[in-house]
Amino acid sequence: MSTFDIILQQLINGLLIGSFYSLVALGYSMVYGIIMLLNFAHGDIYMAGAFVAFVMLAVVSPVLGAGWLGIVAAMIASMFLVGLLGVFIQRVAYRPMLGAPRLSILITAIGVSLVLYNSVMAITDGEFQAFTTDLGFAGVDVGSVHITYTQIILVVATAILMISLNWFISKTMYGKAMRAIALDKDACRLMGINVNKIIALTFFVGSSLAAAAGTMAGVYYGSIHFFMGFVIGLKAFTAAVIGGIGSIPGAMIGGLVLGLLEAAGTQLPFIGSEWKDVFAFGLLILLLVFRPTGILGKTEIERM
Amino acid sequence: MSDIVLALKDVETYYGKIHALRGINIEVKKGQIVTLLGSNGAGKSTTLKTISNLVQASSGTVEFFGKDITNVQPYDIVEMGLIHVPEGRRIFRDLTVEENLELGSYTLKDDKERKNRMDHVFEMFPILEERKKQDGGTLSGGEQQMLAIGRAMMVKPKLLLLDEPSMGLAPIIVQDIMKIIRRLNSEGTTILLVEQNAKMALKLAHYGYVLETGSIAMEGDGSQLREDETIIKAYLGS
Repeated sequence: MSTFDIILQQLINGLLIGSFYSLVALGYSMVYGIIMLLNFAHGDIYMAGAFVAFVMLAVVSPVLGAGWLGIVAAMIASMFLVGLLGVFIQRVAYRPMLGAPRLSILITAIGVSLVLYNSVMAITDGEFQAFTTDLGFAGVDVGSVHITYTQIILVVATAILMISLNWFISKTMYGKAMRAIALDKDACRLMGINVNKIIALTFFVGSSLAAAAGTMAGVYYGSIHFFMGFVIGLKAFTAAVIGGIGSIPGAMIGGLVLGLLEAAGTQLPFIGSEWKDVFAFGLLILLLVFRPTGILGKTEIERM
Repeated sequence: MSDIVLALKDVETYYGKIHALRGINIEVKKGQIVTLLGSNGAGKSTTLKTISNLVQASSGTVEFFGKDITNVQPYDIVEMGLIHVPEGRRIFRDLTVEENLELGSYTLKDDKERKNRMDHVFEMFPILEERKKQDGGTLSGGEQQMLAIGRAMMVKPKLLLLDEPSMGLAPIIVQDIMKIIRRLNSEGTTILLVEQNAKMALKLAHYGYVLETGSIAMEGDGSQLREDETIIKAYLGS
């Protein structure tokens, strides 16, 4: 493999992994933006998304097949159902805690995380489940690098989701209300905005995006596992902080940066690819030293 | 009795253990500007917050056009046409002027009507139209106050609660704000105005109340209060 091939290969790997990080990081960042909660159950929402899509694919594949048609149907169903799961969790676990100290609600989030992955562990006996699809390995060859159509479609799908989200946040009344709630909840109430409803909507959107990422990860890796949300949850959280927590474009960029750094880390000379995380996180810590609020994070300036 | 827009009856409010309102009675008639005077901590802002239900009254009732709204959610009160412009303006600093105004009409579904109302606000405050793509936080204090009032106008309020609109503004800007309040009133909006600047408030008001430590200490016509000895001493200077 030429150097160019290696770079191209890692670019694609990094973009793919980074897209998953970004989609999950968005949910972290949105929720933090509006209620200052680090939702540590968010990685498990991603895992739940993968499992719901897995079940849904089994339901729809007799009719739609297990190709893209069936996968898209399963993904949409999973996004919807897991979105509702997110709203439900918000309603029963977080809303009653909104007035409590920040640490208490953080512990609640850890509790929710435990409930989610232990439930799935109990149901699946802790076994890997094969996420079987009819997608082949067909694709295009650039030099000696083989890029499958699946990889291309997944990256494009992520881009579409992010562009839609950006449109939703910046152009629709609900999106504007979300941004306004992040700034001043009481002022929103005085504007006729039902704050609880918008918070619930934020959980719906964030959980849906994580479910989409979970589904895509299932399709990409071909197997799913109850613990798959743990590491990606931590990494997406990192991505959200790198991008500037609370910032939506920041979460997108943070995810991609982390994914690409990790991919680059697998190619480090002299030391093995098992050092990729050390490499990636080392650089990120350096970044935070120089920009403590992250790439797009704002420094809070209060002005009367 | 249909000309009574707002009536507070024996309203008591607690802030934690602090007895902020100790049974107050206020009436606002249609088409009037009514002012609520008082020193810091007298309960003026609490009164407005109790009306818009950001703070729950512990007893007594708040009636809006004869309807009991004491336990109605703040966002539903807005839909009824009662708008509270809070102290400190509370505009959305990271949202553009235009987005701030749009959110003012959050309860409105009709985009064409939204546009009409925004044009009306821009006609009244041309500076806001010039700055419509700028973030709210970049505006000057006076402009922010105009934005806060403009945002409230997006709901076509029947009753407007204004909390210290002159706060922190240069005297010349205060004059502008007074003109705006008068114009809003002449266009048919009933106004309940809370002010520390008693001089300004009494120039505008048809009727006034004086709050002292959570109770109404005095009330009367605007002209009557302007000439009252104790008021002159306490609030208007010599």
